[in-house]
Formats: sequence, structure tokens, C-alpha cells
Amino acid sequence: MTTQDGQPLIHARGLVKRFGELVAVDAIDFDLQRGEAFGFLGPNGAGKTSTMRMIGCVSPVSEGTLRVFDLDPAEDGVEIRARLGVVPQEDSLDLELTVRENIIVYGRYFGLARSVLKQRADELLDFVELTERAKDRVEPLSGGMKRRLTIARSLVNEPEVLLLDEPTTGLDPQARHVVWDRLYRLKRQGVTLLLTTHYMDEAEQLCDRLVVMDKGKIVAEGSPRELIERYSTREVVELRFADDDGRPEDFSEWTDGLVSRVEPLPDRVLLYTDDGDAASHGLHERGLVPESILVRRSTLEDVFLHLTGRSLIE
Amino acid sequence: MTDYALSLRPLEFFFAQYKRVWRGTIVSSVVTPIIYLTAFGFGLGTLVDRSADLPDGISYLEFVAPGLLAATAMQIASFEASWPVLSAIKWSRQYHAMLATPLRIVDIVLGHQGFIAFRMLMTATIYLGAIAAFGAVNSPLGLLAIPVTVLVGVAFAAPIAAWGAYTETDASFVAIFRFLIIPMFLFSGTFFPIDRLPGVLEVVAYATPLWHGVDLCRQLTLGDVHPASALVHVVYLLAFTGVGLALAFYSYRRRLLV
Ligand SMILES: Nc1ncnc2c1ncn2[C@@H]1O[C@H](COP(=O)(O)OP(=O)(O)O)[C@@H](O)[C@H]1O
Ligand SMILES: [Mg+2]
Repeated sequence: MTTQDGQPLIHARGLVKRFGELVAVDAIDFDLQRGEAFGFLGPNGAGKTSTMRMIGCVSPVSEGTLRVFDLDPAEDGVEIRARLGVVPQEDSLDLELTVRENIIVYGRYFGLARSVLKQRADELLDFVELTERAKDRVEPLSGGMKRRLTIARSLVNEPEVLLLDEPTTGLDPQARHVVWDRLYRLKRQGVTLLLTTHYMDEAEQLCDRLVVMDKGKIVAEGSPRELIERYSTREVVELRFADDDGRPEDFSEWTDGLVSRVEPLPDRVLLYTDDGDAASHGLHERGLVPESILVRRSTLEDVFLHLTGRSLIE
Repeated sequence: MTDYALSLRPLEFFFAQYKRVWRGTIVSSVVTPIIYLTAFGFGLGTLVDRSADLPDGISYLEFVAPGLLAATAMQIASFEASWPVLSAIKWSRQYHAMLATPLRIVDIVLGHQGFIAFRMLMTATIYLGAIAAFGAVNSPLGLLAIPVTVLVGVAFAAPIAAWGAYTETDASFVAIFRFLIIPMFLFSGTFFPIDRLPGVLEVVAYATPLWHGVDLCRQLTLGDVHPASALVHVVYLLAFTGVGLALAFYSYRRRLLV
């Protein structure tokens, strides 16, 4: 093992990726420790995939330091990739082959023996609940099943780190929950996860620690709870107005002293406060009557909004 | 873990995929030569033989059969190196799956070309068997036409794969077939000696890799080998293969490692 205890599995300092003039990843620093589930949360175009591809040794680093298992992606790609599991943003399954063949062929790329792979394929298909589809072609499977197969395939070499680039993007809510459940199990088994997402609930569910990424830069880092405590309030009051006439131009006269921050969005207004009920009660007393009032807990979406002034999903 | 073993691993995919379609390709490998040899050898051949000015008194069937062998290799290999390469990059993304494992660009290039070479081996063996059954193999040297056909296939497949990994869409493939492959099929000595072409076209035909493959296969099946020209043919085809592989390596890299 090249990685000693306490030394990060992945280490990046001032990591840059350029495509011509465009700076896709702009000098980011992060470390991934063994056993943790670490996330990159950011909107489309933030530079998440570019970062994952550099880690996966399929995209040359433009500048800065990147070490994976204390090895250099430019020199030691073969060894690094042998120890990584990759779930890419875009599926790359062999649609003409069967579900089981997909795992076995992929395992052969790692040089694993066919006898080992047969057993491992059965275990992995069981793990992602695709045993019944083992002999079916991949093409007609649902998006969720394909994603689960991609995850099973990525585990065939028993990777030390599993890279997941938007593992549930494009899936319906039910399929997402099945994928989350499987990832949660992997996490409990001690597999180190590095995932990207633009879903704040996914980041909240799965990540022990995450960085918020925007326009190639890391704008904040911490556990989901720490980030919410640091950059948001405990609760949020969401106001919606029937039309623009009913919506005040300036909220300060209504909310002064009631809430700590106001975030007007095109379709609604967010009021940040530690006590949502008290705030909405106060508004009512001052005579502001929106069409609807919703009190909810703060999420990473609010953190992102606060840090960047934009929402995660356009 | 030797480098050599790594380059064989992509074959796992191509063989797994081929396992689903091999029967069809074998059938067409058997039927195609029978149709061509019947049409050109017997049908057209009876007319040609009557006017009889082929060299050394050989029949038209004996003349055209080795040409068809090389030309068929060119067509199959060119197809296998065009759409499947772009697809493995853009649509089905198998190359990307391979690159998430220890496989390197060089393994992907050599693995895919290796599979095409295997396809050529199967095709050439069956085709040569058919030619022999038609009585148009005059010498045991004809067996060497099999490795030569494999070489012809890769001499086309390698540079076309380089283009397939470079181009953004498949539009150019149709043009390659229409303006390069089919004219070569018709004018590179498959059906008539290229000295019948008007001056400059003869020179062009001479420069095509297909002509070198056709003439070499012909020398072998007729058992009339001219060592110097045979050597030139082999070197010419190897040069196309070598340059093609180098270009493919460069273009795969540029496309896949961004
Ligand atoms: N191969 C490429 N060539 C040019 N620009 C690219 C390429 N890949 C990504 N980009 C650009 O880099 C930026 C970051 O993209 P990406 O890393 O895919 O972000 P994310 O995964 O967070 O959506 C985007 O502006 C994107 O258009
Ligand atoms: Mg992405």
C-alpha cells in the first residue's frame, strides 16, 4: 500500500483544468480521507465532471498538484485506475451484452480471472437487485436499473475509492431512493465515496463532508450541518404572492427585526430566521398577507443561494 | 501484468459482442464469395476468356478471385474501423468504459485493430476455401494469401480508425466509401490489370494500398511470385499499417484524454 494511515487518498492543491481559454476548474484544494463520503455540490458547469475526470486519469491536469493514492495521474494512470471504481456521468454500458456479461467483460479489463468474476458478478447483481435480469440484454433496462448496473460494474475490482459523477441525475424519485440506499450500504461497509451532485438532498443524505463548487471554484467546505449552520439560519419562511401587485417592492419595512436575511426570488421570497413560526406570526401582525406561507428547515440549497446568489438548479 | 496482456484485454468486449452476431458474419463470409465468383468468374469470365488476352493464359476466374479476396478485406475492415470506432467514442462509449480501467489508449487502439485482424483472418480463410473450391488456387503458396489479406485489412482499418476517432459525425464515412473505397474496389486491379487504365490513373491505382494487396494475393494464388515486387507490396502495406496505427494512437488520445 502506498497510502499510509492518515494520508489522504486523494490530495489536490491549486488544481486547475483549462479548455483553451475557459477555466473549468480554478485552483481548487481538497483532500479525501479513507472511509469518508465526500461530495462536490454545484450546478451544471461548476467543474465537477472535469475534476472527476482528472482524478480518473483521463484528463490531463492543467496546473497544480493532484495525487491519487499518493501517485501521479500523469505517470501512474494504470495503477491508479486499477484501484478506482468509476461511475461516469454518462452511462457507458455495453447495451448489446447481457447484464451479467457487462460485469464480467469489465472485470476482464482489470485482468481478473473468469472464475473469480463469475462469483463476483453474482454477488454484485444481488447487491444491486438485478439478479433476475442477469441474462437480459442491457438496452431495454430502465434508467435506474442501468445506473445500478453501472454501480455494480464499478465495484468489480473492489476499488479503494468509488467515484460517482451525478449518480442519480435523470432518475425518477423512486429510482433515486433505491440508488441512495445502495450507496448508503456501501458507505456503511467502509467504501470511500467521492460523489458529485447538483441535488442538495443527495448531498445531505450521502455526504459526511462536502465542498460547494461554483464556476470552477470551491466556495465553502464542511459537513452538511456545519454548512447550514454557518451560511444559513435554522429555518426558512417561503412567501408566495398571487401577483406582483400584492408583492411589496421593499421588504425591509415588513421584516425588520423579524428575520436575519431576505432573499427575493422571481417566484417567491425567502426569509431566513431561526424561528419561522414567530416570523410568520410577526408578518401577519404587521398586515402582510401573501398567498401562501411555508415554514421549513434550511437546506444546502439555501447555503448555495447565500454563497452564490443563484439556485442550484436553473 | 505485462503491457502485452493489457492490449489483449479489449478483445474481451469485441468477442463478447461478436458472439452475438458471428453466425451471420460467417454466413455472409461464405455466401459473398460464392456470389462474386459465380458472377465474375463464370458469368463475366466466359466472355472475357473468349477474347483471352490475360497474361500467361490464366482464366478470368483465376485472375479475379484473389482480387476479390483483397478487395473484400478492404471493405469489411474499412466498415469495422469507421462506425464502430465513432460509436465507441460517442454513442455506446465502450472506449470510455475501457479507460476507467487499467487499459491505456495504446491497448484500445491495438485491441480494436486486433479484433479487426481476427475478423479478416476468419473472412480470408473462408474466402480462400471458396476460391479453392472453384478451382482457382493454383499453388500451395495461395495459403499465404490469408495473412496478406489480414495485412490488407489492417492497412485500411488503422488509418480509417484514426479518422473515425477524429471526426465529429459519421457523415464523412459515406463519402469515404463512395469516393475512396468503391473506386479502389473497381479500379485497383481487382477486375482488370491496371495497365489498361489511362496514364495518370494507372499511377494513381499503383499508389493505392489495395492494388498492392490484390497483386500480392494474385501472385500467391497463381503460384507465380516475383520476390522483388512481392516485397515491395508487403512493405507498402506495412507502411500503411504503421503510419495508420501511429495516427490512430494520436487521434484516440486527442479525442479521449481531454
Ligand atoms: N471537453 C471540453 N471542452 C471544452 N469545454 C469543456 C469540456 N468539458 C467541459 N467543458 C466546460 O467546462 C466547464 C465545466 O464543465 P463540467 O466539468 O462538465 O461541469 P459540471 O460537471 O459541474 O457540470 C463547462 O463550462 C463546460 O462547458
Ligand atoms: Mg458533470
